[in-house]
Amino acid sequence: MKSWLTTTDHKRIGLLYFWTAFGFFLIGGLEALIIRAQLIKPDGGLGVSAETFNQLFTMHGTTMVFLALMPLSAAFFNFIIPLQIGARDVAFPRLNAFSYWVFLLGGLFLNASFLAGPLFGADRLSVAPDAGWFGYANLTSRQFSPGPNVDFWLLGLQILGIASLAAGFNFIVTILNMRAPGMRMLRLPVFTWMTLVTQFLIITAFPVITVALVLLMFDRFFGTHFFVPQGGGDPILWQHLFWMFGHPEVYILILPAMGVISEVLPTFSRKPLFGYTVVVYSGVVIAFLGWSVWSHHMFSSGLGPIADSVFAGTTMLIAIPTGVKIFNWIGTLWGGQIRFTTSMLFALGFIAMFIIGGLSGVSHASAPADLQQTDTYYVVAHIHYVLFGGTILGLFAGMYYWWPKMTGRMLSETLGKLHFWLTIIGMNLAFFPMHFSGLLGMPRRIYTYSSELGVSRFNELSTIGAFIIGIATLVFFWNLLRTRWQPITAPNNPWGGSTLEWAIPSPPPVYNFTVIPTVASRMPLWRTERHAPMTPLPEQPPAPIHVPGGSWWPMITATGLPIMAIGAISRTLPIVFVGVAVLVVGIYRWAFEPFEM
Amino acid sequence: MRLALAALLLLVAGCVGGHHPQTIFAPRSDFSHELDGLFKNIFWWAVVVFLLVETLLLIAIARFRARPGAPEPKPIHGHTVLEIGWTLAPALILVFIAVPTMRTVFDTAGRAPEGALRVQVIGHQWWWEYRYPTLSISAYNELHVPVGTPIQVELTSGDVIHSFWVPALGGKRDLIQGRTNRIAFKADSTGEYWGQCAEFCGASHANMRLRVFVQTDSQFQRWVDGQRASPATPAKGSPAEAGQAVFKRSACIGCHTIEGVAQGKVGPDLTHVAGRTTIAGALFPNTTESLHRWIMNAPSLKPGALMPPQNLSPQDLDAIVAYLQSLK
Repeated sequence: MKSWLTTTDHKRIGLLYFWTAFGFFLIGGLEALIIRAQLIKPDGGLGVSAETFNQLFTMHGTTMVFLALMPLSAAFFNFIIPLQIGARDVAFPRLNAFSYWVFLLGGLFLNASFLAGPLFGADRLSVAPDAGWFGYANLTSRQFSPGPNVDFWLLGLQILGIASLAAGFNFIVTILNMRAPGMRMLRLPVFTWMTLVTQFLIITAFPVITVALVLLMFDRFFGTHFFVPQGGGDPILWQHLFWMFGHPEVYILILPAMGVISEVLPTFSRKPLFGYTVVVYSGVVIAFLGWSVWSHHMFSSGLGPIADSVFAGTTMLIAIPTGVKIFNWIGTLWGGQIRFTTSMLFALGFIAMFIIGGLSGVSHASAPADLQQTDTYYVVAHIHYVLFGGTILGLFAGMYYWWPKMTGRMLSETLGKLHFWLTIIGMNLAFFPMHFSGLLGMPRRIYTYSSELGVSRFNELSTIGAFIIGIATLVFFWNLLRTRWQPITAPNNPWGGSTLEWAIPSPPPVYNFTVIPTVASRMPLWRTERHAPMTPLPEQPPAPIHVPGGSWWPMITATGLPIMAIGAISRTLPIVFVGVAVLVVGIYRWAFEPFEM
Repeated sequence: MRLALAALLLLVAGCVGGHHPQTIFAPRSDFSHELDGLFKNIFWWAVVVFLLVETLLLIAIARFRARPGAPEPKPIHGHTVLEIGWTLAPALILVFIAVPTMRTVFDTAGRAPEGALRVQVIGHQWWWEYRYPTLSISAYNELHVPVGTPIQVELTSGDVIHSFWVPALGGKRDLIQGRTNRIAFKADSTGEYWGQCAEFCGASHANMRLRVFVQTDSQFQRWVDGQRASPATPAKGSPAEAGQAVFKRSACIGCHTIEGVAQGKVGPDLTHVAGRTTIAGALFPNTTESLHRWIMNAPSLKPGALMPPQNLSPQDLDAIVAYLQSLK
């Protein structure tokens, strides 16, 4: 227990990230199922109240983006990146632990709002955030959202932003500085490359939302008027700030998954990635363009024809590098020897589904056409083809691929294939009909709809599909759990992968590599035209390897942040100071901690 | 596979059939026709790309499955000409989408020609107020416009951001306090069109609906004349007269206007409430039963509604409803 609380080992932190994020993924999924259950019938549905429904869709979005998908990617960053670049750990192991604890506590703080009602004198148990994951001003002002709901949201997201930023800097330094000898930038595995690009997006996008959240906090706590029109503020300013973060965030969610399948496809096709450099550069280009498209979320807000056409144009440009990636993935398959493992099925599912999400994306890149689509279920269909069909399928591919490396135990392929087919059937049944419900006139974020809209049948299908996804996820959960009772039998390289993580035992020893390998090619474990496979590393380290001990201070420092948030939300200044004190003392002791424990 | 596809098509056909008052596929104005044309252009490109790429993927999956004893695949690292090709091909397709997009952006920027009928739309949590500045009348939740006449819609909000969306007449645009957004359209056929608020605006966002009645010039003129008229005075001794008395001594007058009777500004004006087909933000048909239920407990029907439950005797309730129904 203590060793987990104080751990600074990137592999343990990776597992902590994985299980925590998976837990939040289940919570977010449960929220989705209640939403879908309510919408199975028109005119009042199953009786979920408007207030509860609004909390559920707000928390579903917030949870899936910040507490499930980002940290599931982070689980792989943590576990896999140091192994792929031939390092013993990340650059700042204690900062890494700090990121994890801040993420966990931030997530708990946000979800505590489901039970915190009585503490705030509310007449209901739950005071969860209810203004949407996008929290548009001026609905979020004290005037229109008087309760603590929005406070939970803006404080929780500020805490989570700190975790992401710390991890972002950590991984940039790790990838740039900790590479094994010979691991040049253009020899990095594509997953590492996409992680690096993602971290740059994180450290540039999160400050923007932090600024927005701080301004909102000032509006709500101290009566400023940044977003309040009566006071000379501008609610559109919020939209710009939010989407300047929010659109790069989409790429923060999808690029790691693209990286995963760029590892999985070559391994199971037994062919190198087709056009490695183009895949890497198109990822970089996507990230750059991702910065210049935010206003395509705001086509209906009246920016004027010039802004609308510029943002329509930049948005369409993104389709080009994305298309290039898809063709390169198909090029990787072409001429290969494809083995249909579960991991490969999910990677292929990613390509097939992401194409659909990408194409519907082009249809709302066209600003005028989007005026009929935005804020309808058509967009809900689109984001789920991208974030479920893309990110989640990609992450599942990664879980089946790397689970043996992470735990030394193989997942069941039979259960895995059941999981895959249920997921594909469920997601298409859930999300494809949403294209129709949206275009037939069903807005999103509504707890009820008129039976006369003629979309009831589509909603029934969506709900059935959502529950099939739920069953699929339980199958997966069982598949994960049952490995705990199995012996550790996974070989070093069960899939015949080409990258460094497969050169060491599964699970890797605490020091990762007995000897830091010298890298001579992009696929060190494979025979290429010019290079023989790397010689196996010695089984035992030739010299003792120093591994730093654990530390309490990252976790203790992290607790300062939710204490500050609790003080703020309960309007108790002394508690805020307690939190500040914990933070300052924690950082001080951390900074002066003796090197050896 | 083919069977599954046929079943899927049947299923889609089965679902799509029927009446869809809020569909984007039945454009009835110049504005919505332009958007419809653009969408169809993109849709067919998307279908072509979808079939092409998914077919390629399926061929790759089917042709290159691992076979026992097959030789190691050739380690192809890339192909410059192919890669340039599949960079240029999507770029070319996008040109065919971008050019009509840009043209339509400027065509639909929201400026109506001179002489258009101006309508100001003001969003409230969770109902719509329409003002016709040149006609000096107002309407609530149900908008009336003449067919074939350009309409200049000016959008703003009294509280949070809403979005005015009537798919048959055009795309949505947001209503933002302190700003005026514009859309312009010219309806090409008469009829009743449904719409709804499309920007999440709080508890009853789902219940902020609207109707648009596109009328012939003479019908529209008759409606305008009706709105300009003073409210009906209830006949002596009628239930409506009793209702008016109850109305005057109840909380109603705090929030609602009835010309010559009350001047409340919080809720919709009721001067001509009986002339509307729906109540409560186009949520319920304007019937005796809905009025009863609405007056007795509005928040239970529309969460967050500001109108508190009324503690009225059955006689008073009947009287008020009779009065409201007399306000043609």
